[in-house]
Amino acid sequence: MNPGAGMRLSGLLKKEFLQILRDPSSIAIAFLMPLFLQLLFGFGVSLDADHVPIALVAEAPGPDSADFFASLEGTHYFAPQAMANMPEAEQALRRGDVKGILRLRANFAREIRQSEGAPIQLIVDGVDANTARIVIGYVEGAWGNWVTLRATRRGQDAHSPVTLQPRTWFNSELRSRNFLVPGLIAIIMTLIGALLTAMVMAREWERGTMEALMVTPASMTEVLLGKLGAYFLLGTGGLLLTVGLAVGLFEVPLRGSFWVLWGCASLFLLAALGMGLTISTLVRSQFVAGQIAILATFIPAFLLSGFIFDVDSMPPVVQAITHLVVARYFVAIVQTLFLAGNVWSVILPNALALALMATFFLGVTWRNARKRLD
Amino acid sequence: MDAEAILRAGGLRKSFVSGGRRVAALDGIDLAVRPGRVTGLIGPDGAGKTTFMRLAAGLLTPDGGRIEALGLDATRQSLAVQAALGYMPQRFGLYEDLSVQENLDLYADLQGVATPLRAERYAELMQMTGLAPFTKRLAGRLSGGMKQKLGLACTLLRRPRLLLLDEPTVGVDPVSRRELWAIVDRLVRDEGMSVLLSTAYLDEAERCAEVILLHEGRVLDVGVPAAMSDRVAGRIWAITQPGRHQRALQADLAGQPGVVDALVQGDHVRVVSATPTLPPAVSALAGVESHPLPPRFEDYFVALLHNDGKSPAALPTAINGITAPSVPDAESEVIRVAGLRRRFGDFWAVDGVEFTIRRGEIFGLLGANGAGKTTTFRMLCGLLPPSAGQIQVAGQDLRHAAATARARLGYMSQKFSLYANLSVAQNLRFFASAYGLTGGQRDERIAWAEAEFELSAFGVQPSGDLPLGFKQRLAMACALMHRPDILFLDEPTSGVDPLARREFWARINSLARQGVTVLVTTHFMEEAEYCDRLAIMAAGRILALDRPAALKAQARRPGLPNPSLEDAFIQLIEGATVAKAA
Repeated sequence: MNPGAGMRLSGLLKKEFLQILRDPSSIAIAFLMPLFLQLLFGFGVSLDADHVPIALVAEAPGPDSADFFASLEGTHYFAPQAMANMPEAEQALRRGDVKGILRLRANFAREIRQSEGAPIQLIVDGVDANTARIVIGYVEGAWGNWVTLRATRRGQDAHSPVTLQPRTWFNSELRSRNFLVPGLIAIIMTLIGALLTAMVMAREWERGTMEALMVTPASMTEVLLGKLGAYFLLGTGGLLLTVGLAVGLFEVPLRGSFWVLWGCASLFLLAALGMGLTISTLVRSQFVAGQIAILATFIPAFLLSGFIFDVDSMPPVVQAITHLVVARYFVAIVQTLFLAGNVWSVILPNALALALMATFFLGVTWRNARKRLD
Repeated sequence: MDAEAILRAGGLRKSFVSGGRRVAALDGIDLAVRPGRVTGLIGPDGAGKTTFMRLAAGLLTPDGGRIEALGLDATRQSLAVQAALGYMPQRFGLYEDLSVQENLDLYADLQGVATPLRAERYAELMQMTGLAPFTKRLAGRLSGGMKQKLGLACTLLRRPRLLLLDEPTVGVDPVSRRELWAIVDRLVRDEGMSVLLSTAYLDEAERCAEVILLHEGRVLDVGVPAAMSDRVAGRIWAITQPGRHQRALQADLAGQPGVVDALVQGDHVRVVSATPTLPPAVSALAGVESHPLPPRFEDYFVALLHNDGKSPAALPTAINGITAPSVPDAESEVIRVAGLRRRFGDFWAVDGVEFTIRRGEIFGLLGANGAGKTTTFRMLCGLLPPSAGQIQVAGQDLRHAAATARARLGYMSQKFSLYANLSVAQNLRFFASAYGLTGGQRDERIAWAEAEFELSAFGVQPSGDLPLGFKQRLAMACALMHRPDILFLDEPTSGVDPLARREFWARINSLARQGVTVLVTTHFMEEAEYCDRLAIMAAGRILALDRPAALKAQARRPGLPNPSLEDAFIQLIEGATVAKAA
C-alpha cells in the first residue's frame, strides 16, 4: 500500500456512506425492496394449495357419495361446491370458477361394493400445471384415505397389504414460505451487491466524478476497496433485516448456526459485489449497467438458483447452466441452514464454490481496473 | 524545445474509434508549456483540447509520441504525475449529493493533505472563492459559477505546481467567468503556479500570457496573444452604410475577394481585409463609412484559417423557401410580453418582464445563471404557464392557444436535441412528422433540408457520429422543417468553430432578412453581438433593453474608452447588485 492509503480509504468510505444516506434510490434498493419482497413472498405468494375450488358431481347421490364428499370438506385444501350435473360443472370449469371436477357415476354405490372397486373421475384445469398437480395429488390422497377408513370401519382390511405412512422432514407443515423466505436473502443480496454496486459505479462515470477521482493519488484498488467496503456493510445490513424478518415476523425456523449463515452470506456478498464491479468496468452508463445486472445476476438468481424452482427437476441442460449461477450455491446453503441445520456435507462444497466465484469476479475486476479513461 | 518547460509533448498522437471509423483527436502535437504563467489551450469544440489534458494527466495512453509533466513521463509514471499536478475536468468532478465541506474533506483525504494544515487551507480557499457562507450547502444546489469555483478549490487543496483546467468557463455567466480569471491570475502571481487552461472562447486568449492554438488535432500556432493579434493590425474596419441594415451589408460583403471576414457586430459590420487597404468590395459601396478597429484574437484566428484555404461558405439567399419583405418591420409585433411573472414556491424566478419583438428582428436575452432567462424562454415556448401577465406570440394569446402558437415556433439549442442513434434521414423524417408534415409536403421539405444543408452525403450515418458542424446543420434543418416564422435559439453556437459559427449566423441573418423573428438566449457575448436588441436580465427583471452598440456606449468610463459587451454586461449586473444591497 502507498503512503496515505489509510486516509484515502477512510475518505472514500465516508463519501460512500454519505452518498448512500442521501440517495433515496440506494435506500430503496437496500431496505425497501427487501421489505417489499419479504412481505410479498411471506404473505402473498404461496405455492401450496389452499381452499382450491372444486366441483363435486354425484350422478346418483346416496350415503356413500355423501360420506366421501364430507371427507373432502373436512380439509382446508379444498372449497368443494356440489353441482347437480356434469354440464353445469363443465361450464363452471370453463369459466374458471372451479379448478377441477370430481365425478361419481350413477353406479358408484354398486361398484364400491365389488372387488374391483369403483372408478371415480377427476377432471382438472391444466392451465396452471402446478395447482393441477397438487389437486390430483390431494384428491388421490383423500380417496385413498376414505377407502381405507371405510374398510376399517367395516372391520375389513384395506385392499393393499402395504400402507404408506408419509413423514415430512424439515418443513413438517409443508409451508412454502419456509423455503421461499430464506431464499429471498440471496435475491436481496444480489440486488445490493450486483445491481446497486454496478449502478453507483456507472454513476461516477456518468457524472464525471470518476475522472476527478482518477487524477488524485488514490489508486484504483483504493477506489474499488472503498466501494466494496461500503456496499459490503450495506449488504450485511440487508442480511440482518431479512433474517430478522424471516425469524421474527414469518416464524421461519433458523435451525443452523447464525454465524455459519453470516460467514456464507459474506462469501456470497463478495461474489455479488465482484459481479457488480465487473459489470461496471465494462459499461459506463447507469442504464446499461442496470440492465446487465438485472439480466446477468438478478433474473438467474430468481429463476435458476432453486429459490422458487427446484434445480433437480429442471432439464439437464438447464441444470448444467445453473452451475454458473452464483446464487444457486447460496440458496442451497440458506435453505439447509434454515430448515435442516448445520449440514456440513451441503454447506462446505457450496461455500467452496462461493469462495471460488468471489475470487474469480473480484480478480477480474481488479485486473480490469486501470486508471485510464480509454 | 524549451529546457525549463513544465509540460512538454513531442509527436503526440491519439485517435478514437467513432462510428466504426478511427478519428484522430490529436495528430502529432509538439509543444512546451512554460512555468509561472497562464498558458491558454485555445480551440473550438473537437479540436482535441480535452484529449490533450487527459494525456497530460496520465488518464489516456497515447498512440504515439510522448508527453512529460513536471519532468515525469505522464504515461508511464501516471501515479506520480497525478500526485503532483492539479486537474479540474470539464464537469468539475464534484459529488452533487455531498456538501461543499464534504467535497473538500473528500479531496483533502484523497490528496493526502495533513489534518493540522486543513483548517487554514480551507479558510484560505473559501475566502478566495467566496464560498465561505455556503459550506453546508449541497454541491448540487450551487449555481454553475459556484460549482466551478468549488471544483477549482478541490484541485487546489494541496497547492499543485501545475494546474490543468479543462474548459473551466464553459456554460458559466460572464460575471463568474471574470471571477474565475481573477482567481487564476492570483494563483500565478502570488503562488507562482503554472496553469494550462483550455477554452473555446477566443476572447479568453487575450487573458493568457501565451496561447497554443489547436485546430482539428494540430497546433496551428503558438505565441503571445497580443503579438498574434497584431499581425492583422491595420486590416480591420467597422463598416456602415447609412440607410442600410447591417445584416444586408454583411451578406453583401461576406466571401467577396479581399474580404477575409465580415461579421455583424452591433450596428456595424466588422471587416477583416486580406491587405492593409479596404477591400474593393467595400470601397465600391456608395456612401460607405469605415473606421479602423483594433485587432482581436478572433480576427487573427479567422485570418489564419483563411490562409489555410478555409473560409466561411457562401450561402444561398432564399434559405427557408420563403420570400417575404426584408428588414425589421416596425409595424408588426410578433411577440408581445407584458407584466410577465412566474413563481416557484415563494421565489419569483421572473418578476415583471416586458418587451416586444418585431417581425424579422433578432432579439437577445442575456443574464447571469439564475437570472430568469430560461424560465422566460420556457414560458414563451408555451412549455410553462406564467403566474401572471400576458404573452402574445404571433397574435395568439399563449394562455389559450399554446398549441397553435407553438406550431409557428422552431427551437434549437447547442445541445442538439436530436436522436443520436437515428440516421440523418430518420431524424429529418421524424421531425417532419412531429410537426405534422405528411406525404408530398414532407418529402419536399426533407429534400429541401438535404440540399440546403448539404446533408445528403450523410443520409444513413447515425447523427451522433456526424462532425460537429454537420450536427449543428442537422439540428437547424430539423428546427426549420415546418417553416416556422419564429425561431428560438438557446446558446446555439457557444464553443463552435468560428467558421461554423459564421456559417450558422449567416443562415440566421438570411432568415431574419426574410422576416423570420429570432429570439436568442445566451451567455456567449459573440452571439449577443449578432442581435438587433438585447434584454439583460438579473433577478427576474430586465435591467436594460437596447441595441448592443447603445449598451456598450452606456458603459463607457474614463478608464474604459472602448468597453466590450461583456464589460457593459458586468457593469449592469454589478450595478444592480450594489443597488439591491444599498
